[in-house]
Amino acid sequence: MILPPEFQDWFVRQGWQPHPHQLALLAAEGDSLLIAPTGGGKTLAGFLPSLVDLARVGRSQDGYLENGKGARTGLHTLYVSPLKALTADIGRNLARPVAELGLEIRVEDRTGDTGQGQRRRQRVDPPEILLTTPESLALMLSYPEAPAIFGGLRRVVLDELHALAESKRGDQLMLGLARLRRLAPGLRVTGLSATVEDPQALAGFMAGAALVTVVEADPGPDPDIAMLPTAKPAPWSGGGGHYAIPEVLEAVKGARTTIIFINTRAQAELFFQALWAENDENLPIGLHHGSLAREQRARVEAAMAAGELRAVVATGSLDLGIDWGAVDLVIQVGAPKNVKRLVQRIGRANHRYNAPSRARIVPANRFEQIECVAALEAVRERDLDGDRRGPGPLDVLCQHIGLTACAAPFDADALFAEVVTAGPYRGLSRADFDACLDFAATGGYALRAYDRWQRLVLRAGLWQLRDPRAAKLLRMNVGTIVEAEMMKVRLRGRGGAPLGEVEEAFAASLTHGDSFLIGGRVVRMDAMREMVIEVTPDPTRQPKIAVYSGVKLAMSTQLSHRVLALIGDPARHGALPAQTREWLDLQAQVSALPEPGLLLSESFPHAGLWHFALYGFAGRNALQTLGLLLTREMEDEGLGPLGFLSTDYALLVWSLDAVRDPAPLLDRARLRAGLGDWLGENAVMKRTFRNVATVAGLTQRNMPGQRKTGRQATFSSDILYDTLRKYDPGHLMLRITAEEAGRGLVDFGRIEEMLDRSPRREHRMLERVSPMAAPLLLEVGRVPIRGEGRERLAQIEAEALMAEAGLEGIA
Amino acid sequence: MNGYGFDFHGLRFEARASGALWWPEGAALIVADLHLGKSERMARRGGPLLPPYEGLATLERLAGEIAALDPQAVVSLGDGFDDMAATEALDPQVAGALRRLARGRDWIWIGGNHDPGAPAGLPGRAADSLPLGRVTLRHEAAEGPDVSGHFHPVVRLAGERRRAFLLGRDHLLLPAFGAYTGGLSHDDPALAALVPQGLAIACGARAIALPLGRRRRS
Repeated sequence: MILPPEFQDWFVRQGWQPHPHQLALLAAEGDSLLIAPTGGGKTLAGFLPSLVDLARVGRSQDGYLENGKGARTGLHTLYVSPLKALTADIGRNLARPVAELGLEIRVEDRTGDTGQGQRRRQRVDPPEILLTTPESLALMLSYPEAPAIFGGLRRVVLDELHALAESKRGDQLMLGLARLRRLAPGLRVTGLSATVEDPQALAGFMAGAALVTVVEADPGPDPDIAMLPTAKPAPWSGGGGHYAIPEVLEAVKGARTTIIFINTRAQAELFFQALWAENDENLPIGLHHGSLAREQRARVEAAMAAGELRAVVATGSLDLGIDWGAVDLVIQVGAPKNVKRLVQRIGRANHRYNAPSRARIVPANRFEQIECVAALEAVRERDLDGDRRGPGPLDVLCQHIGLTACAAPFDADALFAEVVTAGPYRGLSRADFDACLDFAATGGYALRAYDRWQRLVLRAGLWQLRDPRAAKLLRMNVGTIVEAEMMKVRLRGRGGAPLGEVEEAFAASLTHGDSFLIGGRVVRMDAMREMVIEVTPDPTRQPKIAVYSGVKLAMSTQLSHRVLALIGDPARHGALPAQTREWLDLQAQVSALPEPGLLLSESFPHAGLWHFALYGFAGRNALQTLGLLLTREMEDEGLGPLGFLSTDYALLVWSLDAVRDPAPLLDRARLRAGLGDWLGENAVMKRTFRNVATVAGLTQRNMPGQRKTGRQATFSSDILYDTLRKYDPGHLMLRITAEEAGRGLVDFGRIEEMLDRSPRREHRMLERVSPMAAPLLLEVGRVPIRGEGRERLAQIEAEALMAEAGLEGIA
Repeated sequence: MNGYGFDFHGLRFEARASGALWWPEGAALIVADLHLGKSERMARRGGPLLPPYEGLATLERLAGEIAALDPQAVVSLGDGFDDMAATEALDPQVAGALRRLARGRDWIWIGGNHDPGAPAGLPGRAADSLPLGRVTLRHEAAEGPDVSGHFHPVVRLAGERRRAFLLGRDHLLLPAFGAYTGGLSHDDPALAALVPQGLAIACGARAIALPLGRRRRS
C-alpha cells in the first residue's frame, strides 16, 4: 500500500512528514516487525495500514462497513498491549486521526476493567478496532463465539513486543495468535518493539516459520550518557547509592523532568526518603513502584503527565508505559545488570525523535563501578545483550488446552498442528503436547486416575469438557502472571486509604508497634487481619525496611563477560575511577586478577573462620545455586561450611576448615548430581512450582463463591509439591518446575557456562582477606534493618576491613 | 518425646507434633478433619484435578502415630471424609489401609458438617459426640468444656504458618490432620471468640507452645 492523498494531506496539516519506517510498514506485504526507539511514531506506524485499509472500504445501507464484495467487515484490527493503561492511551490518541480523516469507525478497548454489558455487546457487535491485553484476548478466544468475532479479522498490532517476549504472557499471546491465524486466514501481524539485540529472533518468536519483513527505524543520534560525577567515591559495598544524593538533586534541578530508576522496590523507598531528607528546595519529586496501591500510582502518573513533577523515583514499573514528552533526563542508580534494559531506559528520556537522550549512571559500590564502565562501553558500541529465549513453557500450553476446550470440542491432531505454528512452540514434540493434553484431561497421574471425573473427555474423536461448569473456573484463572503472596497495607480506621502491599513473609516478621517504609513514609503497624495490615503514620521512628517480592535481576551473561574482560586487562583500567584502579592494582599484587578463561578462587582466614571466595561472574542466581551445591559437598568432605553469600560477581563461603583444592568441588558431574535431591527441598523450587502449578491450572487463584471462606478452604501449593515428589516423582508439573528453575532462579545453565569458559583454574591460599574479597565480607551478616546506627557501624567495620587488607587511605 | 503435655478439665493430654491428640489414660488417639476423599470430591465437582494421593499421605502419618502409641481407641473428630459420597467412592487402597489400621481397635467416627452420617462399608462406629470425663468430644465447639476440630487453626511462628492446637479455658481445638487442608488464623474473629486467651501449640518437627491473647513483644 502507499499513503493515499487524504492521508498525505492529514500529515501536512499536522506539520509532519511521514517517517520512512511508517511508509515501509505500510508497503510491507505479510507480517512485519518494526524496531524503533521511543518517540519514533511507532504506534501510528502500526495503525496506519489499518486506517488506510478502513478508509477504502465502503459503508452499506444499514450502516456497517463493508468490503468491495459487500461483506461486513466487523472487527478489522486487534491491538494487544502489555498494559491496560496503554490501551486507554492509544484509544485517545487514535481518536484524533480517526475524526480528522473522517473515518466512521469505532475504536474500543477490552481489558479486565471493561464492564460486563460492554463485553457482551462486543461479542455480538465488535468494533472495527479493538484494543486489548494478552489475558483478555485469551479469555475472548475461550468463548464459543470466537470464530464469529475474529473470523473477519485482517490485522493484529502487537505493541511493546520486546517486553511481552520476556515473559510467559508472550507465550500465551503467541498461542492466541496461532488460533487467530487459523480463524482468520490471511491475517497480517505487525509487531512493534523497542531496540533489541536480535530482531530476527523476535521475528521468529512472533511469526514462527512465516516470513516477516523486519523494519529497523533510524535509531537516532547516540545518547548522551555518562557516569554522574560525585564528590564522594562509591562505597565498598551496599546497593543504596545514597552517597550521590547531592549530585542527583543538582541534576534534577538542571533538567525539566527526570526519571530516577532504581533496581528494587525496597531501595526505591529508601532512596526516595533520603532524597527528600536533603531536598531543601522542596522540588516536587514522586515515587512509583509496583507495590504501591493503584490509586497512588495513578496519582503520580497523572502528576507526571500534567508536568507537575520535577522527578519521579521509579522501578521497572516505569520501564513501559505512556510517553511523557517532557522527560529530558534519566538517572540510573545501581548497576543496570543488563545493557538492553539500560538502553531501553535511556530511551525514556526525550521522546522527540532525532534528539539525543540524556542519561547518567550512579554505581552503588566499587564492583558496580566496573560494571557501569563496561555497560557504558557496550551502549556506545550498540552491543546489546539478552539471554536466549527457551522453548515455549508447557504450563502455558496446559492452560491453553483447557481454554481451547471451553470454546468448543477439538481434535488433538488439529490443535497440535496449530500450536506448532506459534513461534515459541515451533520445536514442540508430539510427546510433550500429549503429556500436556493428558494433564489437562486427567491430571496426568501415574498411579491413580480420576476415571469418572476427568476434566476433558474424548467423545466421537473430539476432546471436550466433561462438566461444562468447569469452563467458568478455567476462565476465572486465565493468565500467566502469578503474584507473590502479598498483604495489603491500609491506614487505620474505617475505609482507611490503601497504601500498597508487602510480602506476606515480611508481614509475618512484624509485631505490633513495628514500623516500616511504604510509599515514602514511615508507618507503624497497629493490627493485622487475615490479609490486611492496618497502620498509622509515624514519621518519628526508624523504619524496618519492607522486603518486596521480585527476584533480584541477575547480571546478563554478556555484561559479566565484559566486566571480567575489563578487570583482567590492566591496560584498560584507565577507564576506571582512580580508587577503583588502585583497588585492582593491589588485588593483582596480593593475589591475582580474574580474567577471561581463568576461574580464580581464594582461601583465607578471617575472624576465626576460613573463607573461600570464587570469582565466577555468573550472576547472582547461578552463584546462589552454586553456593547451595558447594556447601553440601563441603559438608560431605567435613569442612564444616557455616554459610555463604552470592553476588553477581562472586561466591563467598565461610567454614571451619579451609578449602585447599576446589577442583573436586567444582566437578560438573558431582554438581549436577547434587541438583536433584538437594535442590528438591529448596524454597526456590517450591516457589517455581507454585508458579507452574498456578499457570497450568493444578491450583487455582480464583474459585467461584470461595472469596469469603478464605484460608480454611485453600492450602499451600507446597503441600502439593511434597505430595507429588513423594508419590509421583515423574509428574509433568515437577518436570516443568525443574526445567523452569534450571533456566531461571536456579540458573544451572550459567554454572555450566562458567565452567566451560574457564579452562584454567587458579586457587590462592592467602594469609588474610584479599582486596577483592573485602567488599564481599561487608555483605556478611547484613540484616534488613537499616538505620543511622547500622550505617555508622558498617562504616567502622568497613574501615577496619580495608585497613586489614592494606587498603586504608585509598577511599 | 516431641509432644506437649497439659491438663484440661481433669484430663491429662499430650498434643503430638503431628497434630493428633493423645489421651494416655484411656489409650485413645484423637484426630480431627482427615478430609479423606478431598481430591476426588473436587474433581467430581469440576474443580482442579489435584494429586490423588492425599488419602495415602494422611493415613501414612496416622499409621506412624498408631505404630508409636498403639491406641485402643481412635477417634475421628468429624470431617473424616470430605463428603458422604467420598465414603463410598473411597480409593480401595485407602480403604484397605483404614481397615488394617482399625483392626483390633475401637474406631469412632464423630459426625462433622462434611460427613454427618456413618461411613458405609468401613470399619468403626458413628457418633454425634462422645463424653470423656467432664469433657465432650465433638466436631464443632459448642458448650464447653469440649474438644473439637472444624476450624483448622494455624498460627504464625518465625514467619511460617503452622497448624496448631488452641487451648483455652473452655475449649481445646485440634488442627486438621488431613494432608490437603488449609488453615484459619488463630486471630480470626471466629477463633478468637472461642479461645481469647491461652496457649497455641504449633505442630511441625516438634510441638511448640506459645501464649495466645497477649500481645507478643518483639
